[in-house]
Amino acid sequence: MLALAPTLAILVLAGPILIGLLATALPAFNYFPALGGSQFSLDPWRELVVMPGLWRSALISLAAGLVTAFIALTSVAAFMAGWSQTRLFRSIQHLVSPLLAVPHAATAFGLAFLLAPSGWLMRLVSPELTGFSRPPDWLIVHDTFGLTMMAGLIVKEIPFLFLIALAALPQVRPHDFAATATSLGYGRIAGFLHAVWPQLYPQLRLAVFAVIAYSSSAVDVAIILGPTNPAPLAVRLVGWMNDPDLKMRFVASAGALLQLAVTAAALLLWLSAERLAGLIHGCVRVSGRRFTREKTARAVSAGAISMAAFAVFAGLALLALWSLAGYWAFPDALPRSITAATWMHEMPVLGRPLGITVAIGLSATLIAVAITLACLEFETRTAARVKGRALMILYLPLIVPQASFVFGLQLSFLWVGLGASFGALVLAHLVFVLPYVMLSLAEPWHAADPRYARAARSMGASQNLVFWRIRAPMALAAILVAAAVGFAVSVGQYLPTLLIGAGRWPTVTTEAVALASGGDRRVIGVFAFVQMGLPFLGFVLATLVPAIAFARRRDMRAANA
Amino acid sequence: MRRLARSVLAAFAVLAAGLASGQAADLSDWASVEKAARGQTVYFNAWGGARNINDYIDWAGDEVEKRYGVKLVHVKLDDTANAVAKVVAEKAAGHDGDGTIDLIWINGENFAAMKRQDLLLAPGWADKLPNWRYVDWKTKPTVLTDFTVPTDGQEAPWGMAKLVFFNDTARDAETGEMPDSFADLVDWTQAFPGRFTYPAPPDFMGSTFLKQALIESVEDPSVLQKAVVETEFDAVTAPLFAALDAMHPNLWRSGRTFPKNKEALRQLLADNEIDIAFAFSPAEASNAIASHELPDTVRSFIFSGGTLSNTHFVAIPYNAAAKEGSLVVANFLISPQAQLHKQDPKVWGDPTVLDTNALPDEYREPFDALDLGVATLKPSELGPALAEPHASWMERLEKEWTRRYGVAN
Repeated sequence: MLALAPTLAILVLAGPILIGLLATALPAFNYFPALGGSQFSLDPWRELVVMPGLWRSALISLAAGLVTAFIALTSVAAFMAGWSQTRLFRSIQHLVSPLLAVPHAATAFGLAFLLAPSGWLMRLVSPELTGFSRPPDWLIVHDTFGLTMMAGLIVKEIPFLFLIALAALPQVRPHDFAATATSLGYGRIAGFLHAVWPQLYPQLRLAVFAVIAYSSSAVDVAIILGPTNPAPLAVRLVGWMNDPDLKMRFVASAGALLQLAVTAAALLLWLSAERLAGLIHGCVRVSGRRFTREKTARAVSAGAISMAAFAVFAGLALLALWSLAGYWAFPDALPRSITAATWMHEMPVLGRPLGITVAIGLSATLIAVAITLACLEFETRTAARVKGRALMILYLPLIVPQASFVFGLQLSFLWVGLGASFGALVLAHLVFVLPYVMLSLAEPWHAADPRYARAARSMGASQNLVFWRIRAPMALAAILVAAAVGFAVSVGQYLPTLLIGAGRWPTVTTEAVALASGGDRRVIGVFAFVQMGLPFLGFVLATLVPAIAFARRRDMRAANA
Repeated sequence: MRRLARSVLAAFAVLAAGLASGQAADLSDWASVEKAARGQTVYFNAWGGARNINDYIDWAGDEVEKRYGVKLVHVKLDDTANAVAKVVAEKAAGHDGDGTIDLIWINGENFAAMKRQDLLLAPGWADKLPNWRYVDWKTKPTVLTDFTVPTDGQEAPWGMAKLVFFNDTARDAETGEMPDSFADLVDWTQAFPGRFTYPAPPDFMGSTFLKQALIESVEDPSVLQKAVVETEFDAVTAPLFAALDAMHPNLWRSGRTFPKNKEALRQLLADNEIDIAFAFSPAEASNAIASHELPDTVRSFIFSGGTLSNTHFVAIPYNAAAKEGSLVVANFLISPQAQLHKQDPKVWGDPTVLDTNALPDEYREPFDALDLGVATLKPSELGPALAEPHASWMERLEKEWTRRYGVAN
């Protein structure tokens, strides 16, 4: 039965994914009969390559993927190295859940309002200190190189990587190794990087790949913070896909394949950078230097993490203020009047979308966790990673641009006759939820010390008993984190919910995105909170449950990391 | 053999029945349409970014439920393109009779594209609706031609649109006299650099601005009513692009970035980053004041030489599942009562498509008595209506704009 799990996972999901990809790829070569493309040709590519600024768009996307992943990962690593087992570390740790729960778009809106020349920081000091009674004409948000956009992505990816790292940490026994390194005279950071990081990083790798894929193809953050002339590739792709001229969909499909290539290139560059970093690390290690003077490094790492957390929370606080604001002009630091009108108007109609969001999210997450555990357990029992390779296909939805892929997905659902039913919608969410659950859980699972299970087996315990009593409880923290991530992913789905649900299943996110298109910061503020509430609950549960369950088992608690 | 023939015939019969359901109901017998509509659920796919419009659609839903037993569900979209995509996918998958979209809020390019790809209910139905008799197609020609494409009754008018500008009169001391033409505007940006911008085409509002500028800068506007002749494009648009070249260094952020759409433009005005914004709806400024998005000192203005004007519509996809229900809703939306409620500035403020003078007294008088709101110009103050250029101009202009300005340095 268990042997069927990997096959089942692939069967259920590979169908929609492959047809979805095919429906993306064929129009790129001019084949899509419903729109009059009945012959294969390279015309869409010819039109694509002459698009003004195409290569710059691609380059910005590539850079965004790599820079975001690098800075986010470095910040997390340096902070863990320099501050674990300190009070600061524990307090930051408590902030991870709320940070993760804030939707990307809300973070971006908050950051934009914080940093813009007419934004809150400027309002705080104007006109008193600056003399500005009207905002200066400075290009900060939407800057040409996408720096603000990358900052927006980084502050959101830091908590994600931090959470995954926290879940993996107990498996690598950080205290023992760090203590050994310290006793050999190494500084905190050097000791961690030499002794703990090489075991930890492999468990983070898939998450880092997800960060690269997401940042190089993000649409919502890029629209709010990114450059416009030209915009990053993914944004232009959505523009072509949405062009009233339906023929542009062929160009958009070719663009989607180019986006795929850009993301793949970013991943390849990262892989070679890994090699390089490994070499350098090796040289540093054999040099024997102890790096005991690390005050500055520690201060910088704490500063980076705190600033990221501050940016998100300040943005969120400002959105909260906006949700209650009357008219709020520059250079007032606070709105002129306060009103609950926006909340009063939106709240009463949200009951049904809220219920639907929870129902879909829970169903998709439970199925995803079950499939993932079954696959992992099968691998553990048979010591086979072969089928694991085939599972790579499940990660494809992470790196294929959503705008074009969802269209294909929708086609595949229609072809097999799945209407806008609840089941179809759960399946569609599963396509996006499963890869996240799998990548959050797979490495921590594999990293578990197999000797506990072996000991249990030698005492005559059955495989099932070992799973329920040893392996699953040991991975409980990671399982719950994976579930929380999966649930958050489900809650955040807009296009699949809209296109496959056809408006029969409105969720808080379909409502939020539609209303936010009106650009009213009050409405955006209200929905930022509505949208983050559910994932926040999920993350809180994911951290609370293990803490309570393992209250009397010190080494099972991630909280002591 | 005979059995085989019989089953083939039966199959054809089923097929024919299926095809028949794909056709419009018999509009000459309206009572039968209403009867068939009763109990249907109409999924109305419409942009959902404005609270007042969403509320109006809710109100219309309550009314049609009460009057005709039709359930109206507003599927809120962030972009009409998503609804178009849905119909395309359904057509590609052969779902020709059980589509999930019954009614779309649409106009211009999306309509032209859907019509060209046979994605709309045919033959035309709008001019056979009972309430069509109130529609003002004589003095509002855009009710019959959408971006110079004949509607052929495949979409029913819902409201009128006109390009209006607005500014904050509280800043009068800093902004000088408002411009009265595109040429004026170019001069104004020179006097007040960094205080004007427009959404980047191909955004609908950005392209609208380009078209307004084109109409004002060509020597002979009549060439714009015909399709673009490629060999003449450069010569016709030379004055336009010369003016834009001169204007761009004086735009907000020196033209290195542009706002995404009219909502972003309005936010820039609210944040005091720019001094002039514009929209395609005369009630826009009043609505924004009501929702606290703009200060109550904002007022509208137009160019006295005229501004672009057109109509927005609702259309029924060819494969809509609830065709009769959609017809009933479309008919209700152009009823005097629904149009009156819509034009009330406390509700939406969207101008009517009806000929109010031809209405029965009970509707004409309240129409005349409507107080349109502080920042809304009266119909008599809206200035001449300029006709949309042929759709090919818009397409060609957007391309050229992206080529010239889409990659900033």
